[in-house]
Amino acid sequence: MNGTTVRRLAADHYVWMLLALVCVFFALLSPHFLTAFNIGNVLTQSAFIGLLAIGMTLVILNGEIDLSVGATLALSAALAIGLQNSGWPTSAAIAAGLLAGTALGFINGAVVVASGMHSFVVTLGALIGIRGLVFVYTKGNALLVEDFTYADLLEVHVGPVSLTAIIFLGMLAFFQWLLSASRHGREAYAVGDNPEAARDAGVKVGRHKIINFTISGFLAALCGILLSIRLGTAEPQAGRIWELWTIIAVVLGGTRLQGGVGSLWKTLGGVLVLAVLQNGLRLLNTPNHVELIVMGVILMIALGIDRLMTLLRARERTA
Amino acid sequence: MSWKSGAAAGLRQGGLWVGFVLFMAIVAINAPAFLSPGNLLDVLRQVSITGTIALGVTFVVIAGRLDLSVGSGLTLLTIIIVDQHNHAGPAGAIALTLLAGLAIGAWNGLLVGFLRFNALIVTLAMLSVLQGLALWYSGGSNVSVSSPGWFAVFGRGTWLGIPVPVLLMLAGAALAAFLLRRTAFGRAVFAVGGNETAALFSGISPARTVFLAYLLSGFSTALGAIIMGSRVMGAQSTIGQGYELNVLAGIILGGTSLMGGAGSIWRTLWGVLMLGFIQNGLILMGFPFYAQWLVTWGVIIAAVWIDLAAKRGRMLA
Repeated sequence: MNGTTVRRLAADHYVWMLLALVCVFFALLSPHFLTAFNIGNVLTQSAFIGLLAIGMTLVILNGEIDLSVGATLALSAALAIGLQNSGWPTSAAIAAGLLAGTALGFINGAVVVASGMHSFVVTLGALIGIRGLVFVYTKGNALLVEDFTYADLLEVHVGPVSLTAIIFLGMLAFFQWLLSASRHGREAYAVGDNPEAARDAGVKVGRHKIINFTISGFLAALCGILLSIRLGTAEPQAGRIWELWTIIAVVLGGTRLQGGVGSLWKTLGGVLVLAVLQNGLRLLNTPNHVELIVMGVILMIALGIDRLMTLLRARERTA
Repeated sequence: MSWKSGAAAGLRQGGLWVGFVLFMAIVAINAPAFLSPGNLLDVLRQVSITGTIALGVTFVVIAGRLDLSVGSGLTLLTIIIVDQHNHAGPAGAIALTLLAGLAIGAWNGLLVGFLRFNALIVTLAMLSVLQGLALWYSGGSNVSVSSPGWFAVFGRGTWLGIPVPVLLMLAGAALAAFLLRRTAFGRAVFAVGGNETAALFSGISPARTVFLAYLLSGFSTALGAIIMGSRVMGAQSTIGQGYELNVLAGIILGGTSLMGGAGSIWRTLWGVLMLGFIQNGLILMGFPFYAQWLVTWGVIIAAVWIDLAAKRGRMLA
């Protein structure tokens, strides 16, 4: 292994080094950090942003973006709780919540593809509008589940690992398999790398993008359902600016916003870095504002590293 | 310009106008107070903060970049001006706020312009950092002006019957339009947003242009904070929440492309004003406040879609 190889490996996997760094940092500062209970806790907490980040990675791989996930999860959570309170069976209410999110994802994708608008505009509109739908349905009130057994649905643990975390990791494994082993996955990279070339090579770019937006909507809905089960309530403002944390996690994982580069394993790394930071800072009793500042600064540092690595790689190529 | 693209532009303008006039008519029939001079001035006053901030952000968007940090920036700067009014006096507070706004813009501009970081991510990170700083500065509690003096004029005053914040917004718009249309810097902004490589080869520095655009965005956010602080005479850590969305929605609705290279100050004001009338009209007709979000969604998608379709010379894809 020469220096170049090492440097390239480091460049490709810096999210894991970052994760190790924050883990060591908090393990040294807090005796509660490296306990089985807390690690299980971090995994559970990471599952919510994690589910959103899976869909976001797929969409960003295509060179698009989905800003509407936070509002979508709030709508699905509200439907799941609201409908069962009005007499629907729990399973039907959950299905309706999932369906609503999936349908909104499909609509986002279909509008992007049919109009040729950038997804930033389309999903920015959806971010505002879907939040409006949440308020129309909840009239601005938090919905509290009447059947308390609903909150027990996820109370299944394998050792310290909760069912919520298992669902997240299962989804991650499935979609990573989809990316690396299926035609849809290969096409995802092709579309993001060069849409024109992909179209010329026979890829149905439009249909492909619609599928990824639909997946993103479905996963946002799933996140909302799990959140409503965990909390037993659906807040109309749930998930506000979660799209921000999601994009941060995906970018930390090394996915290029221009599309074509990224993997879900590394997105997992980004998600875990965020979850560990949040968990560690809370274990250390730091006030909320420190968390916001640290997150922002970490993101800018990650951007700096990414920029540096790109420059280094470009220099190697010309050298 | 071929007859086709002329017709397309006309279609877009016409379509939006017809829709808007129709909406105004429906509201006016249902709520006669809508077209009263008092209400019209109220709408103008309500949009003055969004409109003022949008002036600077328009430069950033035309240069092909984004600024999502203006909402938290507005929060932080409003807290600063309100709190400093009690310590440094009105003039000192205004100076400090403008400086802080320029500093925020300079930082964004440094990272996006000179270091070429992704604008979306940098300003999202700044959204988080500035919100954190606002919480830190205020300790999470309300701050308020203890003895309002002449500072009240920016948000509450009127001149010749017109609210001062509206006059400030219009004066700012005239200045911004001059800067954008009549100066070398303005032409550079269009050039960088239209084709950065070509701009570079014609001797324009994209880094410097983008930096200055963010500086303007920070400055106009500070002006927005002066109006906000003076109007409310208090602030808390959520006061600017969501303003970045309103600003962007207004800019998009005005027809400025987020791809950069096209747009104008007056279009931005027009977009912001339209959103203001929609919001006001819906509330006057008795709809709940969140109805405006649904309408905004529909209007943005419809307006941009018609625009794109018209440019391609067809109505539907």
